[in-house]
Amino acid sequence: MSSNQYTRAKSADKLFKVVALAFTIFALGILVVLLFDIFSRGIARINWSFFQNLPSRHAEKSGIMTAMAGMLSLLFFTIIIALPIGILAGVYLQEYGKRNKFAKFIEINIANLAGVPSVIYGILGLTLFVRILKLGNSLIAGALTLSLLILPIIIVTTREAIRAVPDSLREASYGMGATKWQTTSKVVIPSAFGGILTGIILAMSRAIGETAPLLVIGALVYVPFIPEGPRDQFTTLPIQIFNWTSRPQSAFIVNAAAGIIVLLLITFLLNGIAIYIRNKWYKKIKY
Amino acid sequence: MFKLETKNANLWYGEKQALKDISIGIEPNTVTAFIGPSGCGKSTLLRCFNRMNDLIENTKITGEYLLDSTEIYKDMDVYELRRKIGMVFQRPNPFPKSIFDNVAYGLRIMGEKNQTALKDRVEISLKNAALWDEVNGILNKSALSLSGGQQQRLCIARALATAPTVVLMDEPASALDPISTAKIEDLIYDLKKKFTIVIVTHNMQQAARISNRTAFFYLGELIEFDETKKIFTNPEKERTQNYVTGRFG
Repeated sequence: MSSNQYTRAKSADKLFKVVALAFTIFALGILVVLLFDIFSRGIARINWSFFQNLPSRHAEKSGIMTAMAGMLSLLFFTIIIALPIGILAGVYLQEYGKRNKFAKFIEINIANLAGVPSVIYGILGLTLFVRILKLGNSLIAGALTLSLLILPIIIVTTREAIRAVPDSLREASYGMGATKWQTTSKVVIPSAFGGILTGIILAMSRAIGETAPLLVIGALVYVPFIPEGPRDQFTTLPIQIFNWTSRPQSAFIVNAAAGIIVLLLITFLLNGIAIYIRNKWYKKIKY
Repeated sequence: MFKLETKNANLWYGEKQALKDISIGIEPNTVTAFIGPSGCGKSTLLRCFNRMNDLIENTKITGEYLLDSTEIYKDMDVYELRRKIGMVFQRPNPFPKSIFDNVAYGLRIMGEKNQTALKDRVEISLKNAALWDEVNGILNKSALSLSGGQQQRLCIARALATAPTVVLMDEPASALDPISTAKIEDLIYDLKKKFTIVIVTHNMQQAARISNRTAFFYLGELIEFDETKKIFTNPEKERTQNYVTGRFG
């Protein structure tokens, strides 16, 4: 390489570094502006009564009690429904299913399902659960809809976690006279547990943030009570925020900002737990 | 009477024939080494004895395979067979569990729940694998915290825990440093008092040091099977001579 080319390569290298840095700062800058805007508007609004109050016509008396309760119950039912189905499906597809064209077909479709816009799941939920199964705009209808939404995520991450378990561990287990189920339940799933758990928590934070499918099945209602059973109507924090932002009075915008802060913190918390578990687990298991 | 025996063993992976008409008898309480270039069928034959080839799709197998004169593929339960014939693999593959749980694994899947029985059996197995002195007191630590050589001896202890009479070893020292290798070799020498050992190895010196008899395989055929001393000093076949002296392979 001539010295001229060398100089040019070096300056191109420098240029790329500067451009990449500029775009990174740009992206982070937007996030900082957004966060600053939200926090400066909403942080003062967060106090104990904000968590305790029911929604109200008066912005100052409004709170997120029912939205939080609705969100947590919705999450609870969603996890109860989606978790066993998703994990068992993932385990079956990876450990038991035959490797043929049909399996490939299913695999591609599950990956595609993970990319379907969430509002489509809302329409499916509205038709299937709300109308055909006559569940109405109830907690259980919402939980079933969100389950469909997060199932692909759980299945895909479970499969990936199980695929990462080396065959040498399976061989060791079979070599001692273990059956397939003993090998799967005592060696493969425990070894893949960290990865599966991470997937579950990521699925949960996805479910928490969803608004569109719940709007479609009709969760945008005034709910002045905490849901007591799966057939009750409900509302969730993102919907409450959506509701507040559509009000003309500026006091409700402040409420929305405060609600967003709470929602952000919950999401960060869940993601943080996921990362913590993943790091801890991977440190313990190095194959 | 032979401990392990095959008569006219043939095996195909899909279209490819990996074993060609192999008949071999292995005497109890001996160390038998399988040697030969890569792809010669030595590991495949080893894995016939505990039916690990069953796990590979598209495998076809014919011939007779006997453990204590009982047909392995027809008259025995595969899970029972694998408890009677332990296996140690090329790379140490301890489970990401505690040292104790690793050794107790085989017993637990058999349904053993008695803690005293488990403890006794774990201790005996670790002593048999010459690891007890190094891990006594840290049995609850993760098996992955051990060194590579210790992990491999742990895998041997784990294989011994279900009280097998045969131990199959597939290049057990190929991933270890010379000191760990020497320890494994000493261990194999001790183990043959209680167990029948079949070991696959690429290391000629290792085969010469530890085995009583040596079988030389080439392209799926058993070329020669004799006393180790004879194989290494005065083999019948020229091909064997060439291989053990390093002229090919």
